[in-house]
Amino acid sequence: MDNSGYSEIGNSLLHGLNRQSAGTGDKQDKAGFGEGRLTSFEAVIGLEVHSQLLTKTKMFCSCQNIFGKEPNSMVCPVCLGLPGAIPVINLEGVRLAVKAALALNIGINKKSLFARKNYFYPDLPKGYQISQYLDPVSSNGYLTIETDGVKKQIRINRLHIEEDAGKLIHIGNESYVDLNRAGTPLIEIVSEPDISSAKEAACYLKELRDILVYLDISDGNMEEGSFRCDANISVRRKGDKKLGTRAEIKNVNSFKFVEKAIDYEIGRQINVILSAGNVLQETRLYDPKENVTKPMRSKEEAHDYRYFEEPDLPPLILDAEFIEEAKNSIPELPQAKRKRYANEYALTSYDCEVLTQNKKIAYYFEDLIKANAVNNKGKVEIKKISNWVINDLLFALKTVENQRGSKENDMPEPEDFLNLMLEVTAGNINKNSGRIVLTEMLLTGKKPNDLIKENNLAQVSDDKGLEDLIKLVLDENPKELADLAGGKDKLLGFFVGEAMKKTKGKANPKKVNEILKRLINSRTRGPDGI
Amino acid sequence: MDLSNLTIHQINDLLKYREVKSVDITNSYIKRIKEVDPVVSAYLYNDFEEALSNAADADKIIQKNKDFPYLTGIPLSIKDIFLIKGKKTTCASKILDNFISPYDSTVIRRLKENNYVFLGKTNMDEFAMGSSTENSAYKITKNPYDLNRVPGGSSGGSAASVSSDLCAGSFGTDTGGSVRQPASLCGVVGLKPTYGLISRYGIIAFSSSLDQAGVIANDVLDAAIMLKAVAGFDEKDQTTRKFEIKDYPEIVKKADKSAMKGLKVGIPVEFFSEGLDPKICSRIMEIKELLKDLGADIVDISLPDTKYSVAAYYVIATSEASSNLERYDGIRFGSRFSKDEGVQTLDELYRKTRELGFGKEVKRRIILGTFALSAGYYDAYYKKASLVRKLIIKNYKDSFNDVDIILGPTSPTPAFLIGEKMSDPLSMYLSDIYTISVNLAYLPALSLPVGVIDNPTKKGGVLPVGLQLISPWATEARLLSVAKIIEDEVKFRQKYSAKI
Ligand SMILES: [Zn+2]
Repeated sequence: MDNSGYSEIGNSLLHGLNRQSAGTGDKQDKAGFGEGRLTSFEAVIGLEVHSQLLTKTKMFCSCQNIFGKEPNSMVCPVCLGLPGAIPVINLEGVRLAVKAALALNIGINKKSLFARKNYFYPDLPKGYQISQYLDPVSSNGYLTIETDGVKKQIRINRLHIEEDAGKLIHIGNESYVDLNRAGTPLIEIVSEPDISSAKEAACYLKELRDILVYLDISDGNMEEGSFRCDANISVRRKGDKKLGTRAEIKNVNSFKFVEKAIDYEIGRQINVILSAGNVLQETRLYDPKENVTKPMRSKEEAHDYRYFEEPDLPPLILDAEFIEEAKNSIPELPQAKRKRYANEYALTSYDCEVLTQNKKIAYYFEDLIKANAVNNKGKVEIKKISNWVINDLLFALKTVENQRGSKENDMPEPEDFLNLMLEVTAGNINKNSGRIVLTEMLLTGKKPNDLIKENNLAQVSDDKGLEDLIKLVLDENPKELADLAGGKDKLLGFFVGEAMKKTKGKANPKKVNEILKRLINSRTRGPDGI
Repeated sequence: MDLSNLTIHQINDLLKYREVKSVDITNSYIKRIKEVDPVVSAYLYNDFEEALSNAADADKIIQKNKDFPYLTGIPLSIKDIFLIKGKKTTCASKILDNFISPYDSTVIRRLKENNYVFLGKTNMDEFAMGSSTENSAYKITKNPYDLNRVPGGSSGGSAASVSSDLCAGSFGTDTGGSVRQPASLCGVVGLKPTYGLISRYGIIAFSSSLDQAGVIANDVLDAAIMLKAVAGFDEKDQTTRKFEIKDYPEIVKKADKSAMKGLKVGIPVEFFSEGLDPKICSRIMEIKELLKDLGADIVDISLPDTKYSVAAYYVIATSEASSNLERYDGIRFGSRFSKDEGVQTLDELYRKTRELGFGKEVKRRIILGTFALSAGYYDAYYKKASLVRKLIIKNYKDSFNDVDIILGPTSPTPAFLIGEKMSDPLSMYLSDIYTISVNLAYLPALSLPVGVIDNPTKKGGVLPVGLQLISPWATEARLLSVAKIIEDEVKFRQKYSAKI
C-alpha cells in the first residue's frame, strides 16, 4: 500500500488506451459538401454538459476541492476507494446543483436517488462512479438562446449530481494515477435534441456557462476541463420525421472547437448519407489539430454500466426550506441584466453584452450607476459610464493584469472613478490623461485628484498661456503656415499636433483647435481681415 | 484460577473490585490461544504484544478511575473484516494479502474509546461470502463441539473463538445470517442489530444494504454490553440512524420473567416446514411451551413471501457485491499481478489480479451479480428482487401488528461436516433460510443457544441448537430482554460447553 505520491501503474499498461489510433479507415474529406446539399438536410443536436462545482470539499468526503496540489495529496479513504470507506453527501454540492437547476428553469425533485455507474478504469478508484440515474435531483427545464436575433428555447431533460474521476498521467513508458480530482462534485446537464446548428450549440453552451459562472457554481473553464461538453449529433433530410443515427462527440475542450467539431460532424454524416452509406452509432473523438472527428475503438464504448441504486447513501430528500434558500441565493442572471440595461439605460445590445460578460464588471458597472445617482460633485451620463467601463476600464485592467501577472485586482472606489470622469468632462484633464490616471488608480489605489496633481496632468486650458504657446508654434513653422494659407487644410492637424507636443499632451485639444483656427485666420487674412 | 472461562460482565466485576488485572486476564487468554487455537483455527492472526499493551493501558485507567467503560480491559477478537489502523485486514482473501489498514473503522474507534483489548483477527468466509468459513483463503476453522464439523459462517472464526474461550467476546458481521448462524452452530449468543444501528464505516463491504455489524457473546448480558459500546449514529455512514441508544445492559439485568405474561409470540409456519431437522424442531417447540408456561400468548403467524427470500437475497447481495468488489483491481492497494507475471496490458492486469486474488465462491457471486445487473436482465432480476424485498418487509410489518416478537430456529440443521456442502452451493445457501429475510427487512434478531442434540458422527458428542428471536425495527431492548428471560430458564451455559 503506497499512499504517498504517485501510484505507479507502470509498464505503459495504459498506453494505447487514451491514445486513439488515427486512420481507422475513416478519413473524411473535410467539409466536402456543397451549400445546396446542406440545406436539404437538418441537424439534430443534444448536448451533455459536465461542470465541476466550486464547493470547498469534494462531493462525498471532506477532502478539499482544489487543484494544482501535489499528486495524491488531497485524498482520503473515501475518494481513494479504500476497503470499508463509505461516501457521505456534501450538502453544499447539492445546494449548488439545486441553485443551478432553479436558474435553468429545471424542476426540482424533492426526492432523488444516487446510483452507481460501474466500469473499470485506473482513474476510477471504486470501480464505479456515484451518479444519479433514474431519479435525478432535477428534470424538465429549458434555456432560451438567441442566435442572429432569433430566440429559441432549448429544452433541458435533466440536471443531476455526480462525482469526477481522477487523472492519468503518462510519463515516458509509464502511467501514473493522480486521484486529487477523484470525487470532485460535478453536475451533468443534458439537453433535449432541440439544437439544430453548431452555432446554436455554441450559443447554448455559452449561455449555460455564463449562468453557472454568475452563480459562482462553476469557473466555466473548458480548457482546464472544469466545464466539459459532449455532443450527440444526427442528421436527417428536411421533412423526415424519423431521427437519423446519432454519433456522440467527446473530447471537445474549447468553445471554438465545439462549433468546429459539430460542423465537421454534420458534414461528415451528410457525406456518408449522400454516398449511400450508413451513419454508425458510435462515440467519436474530436481532433482539433486536424479538425476532424475519429471513432473511438469499439471496445472502449462497449460499456454496460450496470446502473443500480447506491446502497451506501439514503435517498436525497430536499425540503421546501432548502429549495427556497437556494432560490433566494440566485442573483440577477446575465440575460435579465442585458434586458434591463437595454430598457433602463438605453444601451446598445453590444454594450449590454460586454458589460454582462463578466460578473465582476457587471456588478461594478451597477455600483457606478448607484454612486453616480448620489454623487454631489456632478452626474455622468450613463452612456458615458458604459463607454468608460467598456473602452477604458477593461483596457486598464488588462494593463494592470499584465504588469502584476494576476487577475485578482481591486476595482477603484466607484466615486473616485466617477470623479475622474467628471474631471475629463469638465475639461480639467484630457481623455488620454484620464486613462493614465485610471491605470494608476488601479495600480496604487490613490485618489484621481492626487494622481492628477502628482503627475502634473491638469490641462493647460487658460486661454492666455495656450495662445502664447500656439503663437510660438506658428512662428516656428512659417512654411507650413504659408502652405496652410495656400489651401492645404490638412496642415491644421500638423499644428494641433505641434501644440500638443509643446504642452506635453496636457492641452485641451478642443481649445487648441479653437485658438489655432482663430490665430491662423487672423494671420493669413492680415490685420484688416481682408 | 482459569480466567479465560468468564463472561464479560464477570471479568468486569473482577476488574472493578481490583481482584484481578486485565493483564492477568489477557495472559490467560494468550495461554489458551497458544494451546487450543492450533486445533480450532479460529484466528487468522494474533497480536499478543498489542493485547498486553492494551491490557496495561486499561489497568492504568482502571486504577485511576472508579467509573470506566464496560469493555475496559476486556480481551476481544475481531472478524477480519473490520479495519484497524496499522493492522492487516484481509477479509480472508488473497487479494488483500498485504493490505495494512490506514484507518480505523468506526466500530474499532469506539472499542478503542472503551479501552478494549485486541487479541487478534478471526477467520471468516472470504469477503463474508459463505455459511461455513470454508471459503477462507487461509484456513479451515473447526467447530469446537466437533472438530470434524464447520463452525458456520461467515463469522465462523468469531463464533468458534467465543465458544472455545479464546476471547471474551467477538465482533462479526451479518449480511444474511453470518453472526446468528455460526453462533447457533457453536452454542453461543449472536446478535444482529437493526440495519443502521451500528456504523458500517471501515467494515469491508459485501452487500451494503444488508451488511450489519453484530456481536457474538457468551451470554445475553455480554451481547448487550458489546452492543451498547459500538451502537449509534455515525456521520461517516449516512445509513446509520439517530436511534435512541438505550442502556441495554441495565435493561437486560432488570429483565424478569413476569414480563412474559401477555407477551405475544409469533410462530411463523414457514420456519417449521420441510428441511428443518426434526430434533431441532422439537427443541424449539419445547421453548415455545416454556414461554406458554411463563404466560406468553403463542400466535401462529405466516410470513408468506419469505419463501422467496433466499432467491431475492442472492440477487440483491450478489449484485451489490459485484459492484463493491470492483475496487479490488490491483491499482491502488492489495495484491497486484504485473509484468513479472507476464502481464502486458491493463486488461490483463485486472484479469490476472482478480483471477488469482479472488476465491471460487467470490468469483461465483461476482459473476451472478454482474449478470443480474446487466442491461436486459436488470428488470427480471435486480428490480424483481427489490420488489420481493418490499413484500418481505410488509410481511414482517403486518405480523408485528399482531405479535411482539417472532420465534423460530436459527438454522435448519446443526453444524455440518467439513466439506459436506462445499460442492453444492445451493444446499449451502439454504443454511441461511431462516436468517436471510431478517436482513432483507432491516430487522434485529438474536440467536440464543437453547439446547443440544446428539452428534450423529461422534459417540457421546452433542451439537448445539440455536433459537432465533426476531423483533420489530429498533427494538433491541425488547429482543435482549426476552432472550435473557429464556436464557435464565434454559441455563445453557451452566449445562453445556465445547469441552475443548
Ligand atoms: Zn477524500
